[in-house]
Amino acid sequence: MFTNLETNLLSKIKVNTPAVRQRLATMFTRRAIKQGSQIAYYIKAIESIDLTTLQADDTETNVRRLCEKAINPVNPKFLNQLGFDKKIKVGAVCVYERMIPYAKEVLINSEIPIAAVSTDFPAGQTSLDNRLSQIEHAVKLGANEIDVVINRELLLTNQYKKLFDEIKEMKKSCGNTHMKVILGTGQLGTLETVWRGSEVAMQAGADFIKTSTGFEQINATFSVGLTMIRAIRNFYERTGKKIGFKPAGGIKTAADSLKWLTLIKEELGDEWLNPKLFRIGASTLLADIERQLQHFATGGYGSNRYNPIS
Amino acid sequence: MKINKSPKSSMDAKWFYENPDTLSPAPESIPKSVGELIDPKYNLFIGGKFVAPHSKKYFETINPSNGKKLSSIALADEVDVDNAVQSAKKGFKVWQNFSPSERSKYLYSLARIIQRNSRQLAIIETLDNGKPIRETRDIDIPLAARHFYHHAGWATCWQESFPNYTALGVIGQIIPWNFPLLMLSWKIAPALAAGNTVVLKPAEFTPLTALYFAKLLEQINFPKGVINIITGDGSTGSYLVNHNEVAKIAFTGSTEVGKKIITATSATHKKLSMELGGKSAFIVFDSASLDDAIEGVVDGIYFNQGQVCCAGSRLILQENIYDQFIQKLKIRMSKLVIGDPMDKAVDMGAINSPQQLSKITEMISKGKSEGAKIWNPKWACPKDGYWYPPTLVENATPSNILVREEIFGPVLVAIKFRTPQEAIQIANNTPFGLAASIWTEQVQLGYEIAKKLLAGTIWWNCTNQFDASAPFGGFKESGFGREGGRIGMFEYLIPIKKKFKTSAIHNPKKIKSNSSTSIDQTIKQFIGGKEVRPDGGMSVSVKNFDGKIIGEVPLGNRKDIRNAVEAARNNHESWKNTTSFNRMQLLMFLAERLNEREIEISEKLSLMTGRSLKSTQLETKKAIERLMYWGGRADKLTGEIESTNSSQIVQTFRESIGVIGLTMPNEFPFLSFISRIAPAICYGNSIVVIPSEKYPLSVSTFIEIIRAGDIPAGVIQIVFGKKMELAQVLAQHADIDGINFYGTEEESFTIRKLSAETVKRVTVNFGNEVNWFDDSILHGERIQHEFCEPKTLWIPYGVGIS
Repeated sequence: MFTNLETNLLSKIKVNTPAVRQRLATMFTRRAIKQGSQIAYYIKAIESIDLTTLQADDTETNVRRLCEKAINPVNPKFLNQLGFDKKIKVGAVCVYERMIPYAKEVLINSEIPIAAVSTDFPAGQTSLDNRLSQIEHAVKLGANEIDVVINRELLLTNQYKKLFDEIKEMKKSCGNTHMKVILGTGQLGTLETVWRGSEVAMQAGADFIKTSTGFEQINATFSVGLTMIRAIRNFYERTGKKIGFKPAGGIKTAADSLKWLTLIKEELGDEWLNPKLFRIGASTLLADIERQLQHFATGGYGSNRYNPIS
Repeated sequence: MKINKSPKSSMDAKWFYENPDTLSPAPESIPKSVGELIDPKYNLFIGGKFVAPHSKKYFETINPSNGKKLSSIALADEVDVDNAVQSAKKGFKVWQNFSPSERSKYLYSLARIIQRNSRQLAIIETLDNGKPIRETRDIDIPLAARHFYHHAGWATCWQESFPNYTALGVIGQIIPWNFPLLMLSWKIAPALAAGNTVVLKPAEFTPLTALYFAKLLEQINFPKGVINIITGDGSTGSYLVNHNEVAKIAFTGSTEVGKKIITATSATHKKLSMELGGKSAFIVFDSASLDDAIEGVVDGIYFNQGQVCCAGSRLILQENIYDQFIQKLKIRMSKLVIGDPMDKAVDMGAINSPQQLSKITEMISKGKSEGAKIWNPKWACPKDGYWYPPTLVENATPSNILVREEIFGPVLVAIKFRTPQEAIQIANNTPFGLAASIWTEQVQLGYEIAKKLLAGTIWWNCTNQFDASAPFGGFKESGFGREGGRIGMFEYLIPIKKKFKTSAIHNPKKIKSNSSTSIDQTIKQFIGGKEVRPDGGMSVSVKNFDGKIIGEVPLGNRKDIRNAVEAARNNHESWKNTTSFNRMQLLMFLAERLNEREIEISEKLSLMTGRSLKSTQLETKKAIERLMYWGGRADKLTGEIESTNSSQIVQTFRESIGVIGLTMPNEFPFLSFISRIAPAICYGNSIVVIPSEKYPLSVSTFIEIIRAGDIPAGVIQIVFGKKMELAQVLAQHADIDGINFYGTEEESFTIRKLSAETVKRVTVNFGNEVNWFDDSILHGERIQHEFCEPKTLWIPYGVGIS
C-alpha cells in the first residue's frame, strides 16, 4: 500500500486501443491449448473459479447447493478416467453478505475461501461510512475475501486522490482479509480509464483487481483484461509486488476460460496461473468445462445430465 | 514441482498440469480423405496444361523445417520460356476478346478457388516455406483471395480511371519465396484485370502453392494461356527477363537482382515495376504506448522469421525510454515460441533455405566483429532443418553492416535518438525506402514524422498491414511502381499510342534570317537561383535554322551538374514542404510574367527555328496555357483515401520524387520545355534541366523571369551543354531521384542502363516524338505519375472497452 498516490504516473498511462485489438486478434491463434494441456488447463480454470451466486432470490437452499458443488466440482469418475487422481476444488465461493453463514456451514472443512461482495455492490452509490461498515460486518461474519466496488464517479471525473483515499479506507476496514477491487469496467468508456483505475486501486492496496460486477451492460472483455493485466505487469516491474486479476461477468464457455488463461500466461507469466493470483468470477462456466472434460474422458461429446447441478 | 522430465504422452494431463510452462503440441493435420496434397513431380504449366520441360531437368524443393525433399520441380530452359511466352501471346488474343465483365467473373472465380482450398494451400505453403501455419492460414491465403476480389472489381472499372489506356500484352513476373501465393496474387490479379496475360516464375525454393494453384486452374477450365507458370532457377528468370516478346517485367525480390533486371532490360522498351529490398525503420517515441509498441516489434521483425522486405529491422528508440523498452522487449522475446511450423501454437518457424540461414549467420558474425552486441533468448532452436532465433542487436555503429544492409532474418538492430529531427535523420539514412512504422500517441508528431520519412508505406501505431486496395511499393533503392489500389493498376496499362511526326506541323523554311536580328546576350548556367559561369569556362555558339550564328551558350561539364544537383538537394526539403497553394501561385504568376513577354519569346523562337511568327506565337501561347494548367492542378487530386478491410484511415499522398534531371527536345523548344518543367515543379520536385541543345536561347527570357520572380533558389537549375554528356552524369549521380529523358531510342537505352545502379525513377521517350500541342497526352494523371511518388499512410482508429 502506498502512503500517497503517485499521480505523475497516471498522466503517463497510454493505451492504443487498435493495437490492443490487434494483439488480441492473434493472441488466441498464436497459442492453441490442445490435448493433455487442454485438460490440465480446464482443471486450472476450475481451480480459479469464484463460484458465484448474486441474485435477489438467493436463499439458504441454493447457496448450500452451490457450496456443495464447490467442494466437488467435477464428476470424480471422469477425473479418474483422465488419470487425474488429485482432489480438486474451486477457487472460492462468492455470495452476498447475508449468505455468508450458510456458506460457512458447508465449507467449514473444505479450505475453500468465502468471498463476499460489499460496499453497496454493484453500484457503490451510498455514503463511504455505510460502505465501510458493510465491509466490517462481512469480515465479522467470517468472509475470507471481500469484493468491493469503486466509486465510479471519482474515476470518471479524474478525482484520483479521493478514489485512492476511499480504497485505502476500504483496505483498512478489510484488515487482513483479502480485498478484490471491482472497477466496473463496462461503465468506464476507455481502456486508459481502466488502466488508471487499476493503477489507483493497486497503489491503494488492492490484493486483486477485478473487471466487473456482472451487472454492467458490458462484462469482462478481453481488451479490458489485457489492459488490466498490463497494468499489473507494469506495477510488478516497478514495485516487485504481484497483484491478482479476476475477470468476472459473462464468462460462460470452456473455450473462453482457456482464452483467459492464455492471456495470463502470455502477458503475465506462468507464476500468475494459480488461484492466489488469478480467479474467474462465474456461475455457469463450470458446467461447460465439465462437459468438455466428459468429452476427453469418454471420447464422445458430453451432456449436462451426467453432471450434478450447482 | 516437476516429477517427470517429459509427459508419458501428449494426453498426459497430470504432467501438463504440473508443468504449465510446456504446452502439448497442436499439429495441423489434413484428413486422409483429401489425399496427397503434393505430387511427387511437377511439370510446367503452359497453355492450360502441365507439360514436361524441354530441358528434361528437375530440381528438388525441400521442407526447410526438416530438410526433407517434398517434390521434384521442372527446370524451364530457354525453349520452355519461349513456349510459355508464345502460349501467353495466344492467350492474350483470347483474353482480349472477353468483355471486361467476363474477365471480372474469371478473376472472381480465382478468388473463390483460393477460398475453397484455403486449408490445403495454407498447409502446402507452410511445408514448402517453413513459416508458421497460423500465418499462412490467417494472413497469406486470405490476403491472396482478397487481392483477386479487389481486382475482379478493377477488371470492370479501370477504364473510367484510365481512359485512352490499354493492356500491355504478355507480362513476365518473377516472385520471391517469402510470400509465395500472396505474391502470385499481387502479380497475376492486376495484370489480368488490365487485360494482360502472364508468364509467372515462382521462386526456386517455394514453387508448390503456385503449382497447386495451376492444378486448380486446370480443374476449373480457366482460359488457356492466360496464366502460365514456369518453374526454375535464376537462369529461367533471366530467359524470361530477356525474352523480346515480353512487354513488361514485374519483379519482387532483392535490390541486387532488381538492378540486374533493370540493366538487362535497359536496351528494350519493357515497362518495369520493381519491389525490392528494405531496411525499414520502427520508431518509438516516449509518447508511445510502450506495451503496444512491443507487440508491434514482434509483428514487425519476427513475423515470417523477419524474411519480409518491409520488416521493421531498425528499432529507432528515444533515448529516455531506451532501457525500459529494451528490458520489456527481452522479456517478450523470451516468450516467443519457435518450432515446427505445422504446429498451430508457434510464433516462428524455420528459415526458408540453408543459403538464407548461412547469409544471416555470416552477417551476424560480421556485425559482431564490427562491435555489435548480440542478444538471443536463452531457449534453443530445434535441431533438424534451418533455424535462427529472434535476435536483438545493440551497440551497432551507423556504419555497422547490421545497420546498413538488409538481413532478411529475425534480426532487430536497436538505435538511440534524442529528438524527432534526429529520428527522421536516422530513419532516412539508408539507400532503402520501403516502409516505416512510427509509434506515438501525439497527432502532430505522428503526421510530421509520416510526412518527413522517405518510404512508400508508413504505418502509424501499427505495422505490416496489407490490403489489396492500399498501394505498396518503395522509394529509392526499394524500387518503383506500386502494387494494389488504383495506382497499382497503372503498372499494367499503357497509353494507347498516337503516331505523330513533328514534321507534319513544323515547317522551318518560312522566313529568311536577317543579319540585323542577331541575339547578343551573355547566357550563363542558372544554379541555386544565380547565374553562374560554367565551370569549364567555355561557351559554344548557337546557330539558327540556316546555320547563322545567333548567340552563345555555356558548355557545361560534370562539375556544373554536380553543383546544380547540390543546389537542388540543399533546397529541396523546404521546397517540397511548401503548400500546394503556394506552388499554384508561383506557377500562375510565372505564366503571367511570360504572357507579358510573349512577343519577345515568339520572336526569338522564330529567329532560331525559322518558323513564322504566327507559328511561334501559337507555341508561346500554348506554353503559357500549359503553365496555367499545372499551376491550377497543384492543389487538385493530390491523394486519396483507400478502402481497406478494417478500422483504419489509409491515405495515399502524392509526394515529390525529389531531385529530378530533365533533358529537353529540339522540337517546339519553348513549349516542350514548359510542358516538362511545369508538372515537375507543380508536385514539389527540384529540377536540373538540360535545355534543347539545338535551340537553347528561348530559355534565356525564362531565366530572366525566374531570377526576378518568387521561385525559391534551388528549385530550377538550368545547365547548358552537350545533352548526352550531361545526361549521363545525371543518370549516374547518386543524389538524383528521377530522370525524365528526351532523346533518340539509343540514347534512351543508355540512360535506362546508367540509372540502374541507383534504381532511379526513369521516363524516356525511346525516340518517339511527342505532339506538344496535345493536351490529352500532356495533362492529367499519366503526367502526374511521372513526377509523383505515392506514400501510403495507415492510421488505425478506435476507442472503447470492447
